[in-house]
Amino acid sequence: MSDADSPHDPGVPDDEIPDDEFEPVDVFPESELDLRSGADDCYKCSTCDTNCPVAEVDDEFPGPKFQGPEQWRLKRKDDADIDPSIMDCSNCMRCDDACPSDVPLSQMHNEARAEYVDGQMSKLSVEYWRNRVLANYRKGAWLGSKFPRLTNALANNGPLRKLGEKLFGLTAEREFPAFATQTFREWWAERGGAATSKERAREARAKRGGAQVQSEDKRVAYFHGCYANYNTPEVAKAMVRTFEHFGYEIVVPEQGCSGTPMFANGMLDDARRDAETNISSFADLIDQGYDVICSCTSCSMALRQEYPELFTFEGTDDVAAHTYEALEYLRIHEDLRGALDEAEGEDEELAYHAPCHARNQGLDRQAVELFRDLDGVAVEDVGDSCSGISGTYGWKAEKYEKSMAIGEEMFEEMGEADGQTGMTECPTCAMQMEHGTGYEIRHPLELLEDALVAE
Amino acid sequence: MAIEQDVLVIGGGLAGVTAAVSAARTGADVRLVSYKQPTLRHASGLIDVLGYTPDGEGPLVDPVAALDDLPEGHPYERVGEDAVRAGLALFDDLAGDTYEGNHTERNALVPTQGGRVKPTARYPASTAAGLASDERDALLVGFERLVGFDAPLSAAQLNAAGAPFEARGATVEFPVELSADPKVTRFAHLLDRDEAGEESQDGSVRRALAERVTTHLDGEARVGFPAVLGDDHPEDVRAALETHLGVDVFEVPMGPPSLPGFRLEDRLYDALDAAGVRIETGNPVVGYETDGRDDDLIEAVTVDRNGATVPYAAEQFVLATGGLVGKGIDSDREGVAEPIFDCHVTHPPDRYDWFEDDAFGDHRFARFGVAPDRELRPRDARGTVEFDNLRAAGAVLGNYDFAAEKSGSGVSLATGHEAGRLAGDDT
Repeated sequence: MSDADSPHDPGVPDDEIPDDEFEPVDVFPESELDLRSGADDCYKCSTCDTNCPVAEVDDEFPGPKFQGPEQWRLKRKDDADIDPSIMDCSNCMRCDDACPSDVPLSQMHNEARAEYVDGQMSKLSVEYWRNRVLANYRKGAWLGSKFPRLTNALANNGPLRKLGEKLFGLTAEREFPAFATQTFREWWAERGGAATSKERAREARAKRGGAQVQSEDKRVAYFHGCYANYNTPEVAKAMVRTFEHFGYEIVVPEQGCSGTPMFANGMLDDARRDAETNISSFADLIDQGYDVICSCTSCSMALRQEYPELFTFEGTDDVAAHTYEALEYLRIHEDLRGALDEAEGEDEELAYHAPCHARNQGLDRQAVELFRDLDGVAVEDVGDSCSGISGTYGWKAEKYEKSMAIGEEMFEEMGEADGQTGMTECPTCAMQMEHGTGYEIRHPLELLEDALVAE
Repeated sequence: MAIEQDVLVIGGGLAGVTAAVSAARTGADVRLVSYKQPTLRHASGLIDVLGYTPDGEGPLVDPVAALDDLPEGHPYERVGEDAVRAGLALFDDLAGDTYEGNHTERNALVPTQGGRVKPTARYPASTAAGLASDERDALLVGFERLVGFDAPLSAAQLNAAGAPFEARGATVEFPVELSADPKVTRFAHLLDRDEAGEESQDGSVRRALAERVTTHLDGEARVGFPAVLGDDHPEDVRAALETHLGVDVFEVPMGPPSLPGFRLEDRLYDALDAAGVRIETGNPVVGYETDGRDDDLIEAVTVDRNGATVPYAAEQFVLATGGLVGKGIDSDREGVAEPIFDCHVTHPPDRYDWFEDDAFGDHRFARFGVAPDRELRPRDARGTVEFDNLRAAGAVLGNYDFAAEKSGSGVSLATGHEAGRLAGDDT
């Protein structure tokens, strides 16, 4: 947020604000975020509109400038509704990085979308419930992962998928991601949890640094998110093994969804519920000296940017300031460049796509830069276009075509790249890359594990 | 630990890019960090060096010849004529055949969107057929719904300004159905792809557009369009229009967001990549650290990532964060400051002395910025160098008014090149 004067958003219920900090600044009597300074900072250069992937393929979409500052002004009037086109915004958040004037565009979009869903979308509509289910993916995944084989079989049954499209508005074009037969958390518990991690980190430190085996500062708390837990535990395991290799003791605390799919569907109450769990869980660990590590760039984006923009639970800012993406953390705290320089990669050529949410954290060139120093591995950046899936967006039947049109540029670039394997940090970008090209998609952490962690 | 490199350049505009390339060419390991997307896309794409003297004389015929008379403290006076030539030579090398103007030291006169004429040293090849010194009559063509360019008004302005040719303006409907408020990139991408699909019966958008313009042609030898003629394939778009129209076609530079700016940005960032410069965009540099023993030596700058502070260590630093608009210079009611290193910025204590009442008057604020020595190291109020390993380049420098002088790009190139070279040599 750029220059909001109020320390607390008046839209946040009082019980979320610690008493000793509460200074009411009631600029607007209703329960709304005061985003006036953001609206005033917009000087209408329209650069955000030229960055918007949805506007690029849909000339009718009014673009981020309208959805943000202009809509915010319009809805000051009593009789003005939120324009339904807000639901066409995919929440890629590229406009934030495009704005030369620091307008909090994605915050404005999140707020307007929540207001629209709250006040104008019928709670009895199929669209509402479809979106609600998509936004709360974790709940379905929890259930599905109890019977992974059965769920996988049912989810990709052709006639059932067609029915899902017809009745529920889920595109039949996509194959559902498979559930792992063992979740990451099950694996973690079976392996001995934090105690084992402590042991392995100590061994690694002893091997690396000799005498120094006690460590107060090499401790991280892992926010694995839903997807790495239920669908791609190999990514989470790569995170664990790589960090232990560098001597870090890992804990995996209780956690909910980061909230990304909820923000994107205007389900702010759902997001608030999970954010409260996450902030409370991780803020305690930060007090004990832990940093928070994410392997999904949308999760780290949520904890870092959207939480402080939308919530004021005690510890919110602390969590934001102590959250890092996994590779980013190692780059800052370890001589990762030196380690990769000495390592040998398996001969591999990869077509890398930077997720929009990684881009907004300044991480879009990190993987390419890092693996440049690793012998045997060639990573090619497939350009700065958006993959188009944007989490739950591309799963909606009415958005599917748009999602694929946005992704077209990336598919073409991937086709032209030397590598026949893709790489990205974002699980849904990975789905889209796989869907559009048929390539296998890897996570940078898996490459790191291969290169650095001996079998 | 910190993220380490030999030279760290702060800022991703023309000055920062030039500094990074020129440092990399000395063999140094260079990283460029910028807060937001590069501001090149906000710029016209014209590379001016000096169009008017600080006293307002001009347009100048020969910008380099006028350098000698600049006042002490002006960025060009600091770095000297050789640095100006070196900066331009580097630009010519990076821009290749996408730019023209390096055949002469004289300024070219390029018509811009409002019908004004800008004296400039280098210009995109796409604007070359539009030069105001060219005596051939010109038809200017605007598009309905593209609000930034009113062709009849622009033509009338050119005629009133005494251009040595007759200009006429016409407005046509773009041959593809558009929303009420289309983006400039919408026009550019439709022309790039050249297939309107279901939106048009005409097939080729370029040919359909040429057909609409032909009906307005009345013997003119050249046609000017707003600068939206393609993003990825501007040469093809222009060539196709020239073939269909049978006359020369040129672009008229527009305000932000600007296609010539996008194209230049792409070209320069590819050059950065090719030079091995590491690039990071998205987080602001907010402060610096010294090693505690020597306060005159910066050890690292700190990058803010949503509240987390990450140190970036280097031997040499280049500050290229822009001026008041780019927020490299910051002001409030109390004063004017350079926010990262708190380098001294001379300004009158009373803020009512920062400006003139006349909107186009000689405002002091336009010349706010840091004051460097001849090696571009910012100096404090007493004239002492602030840090031994910090240099400044581009609009963060003070003592010149780039908008009035038409010297913004030239100063960025000259000081960027010089700061980068010196920083690289010192590692």
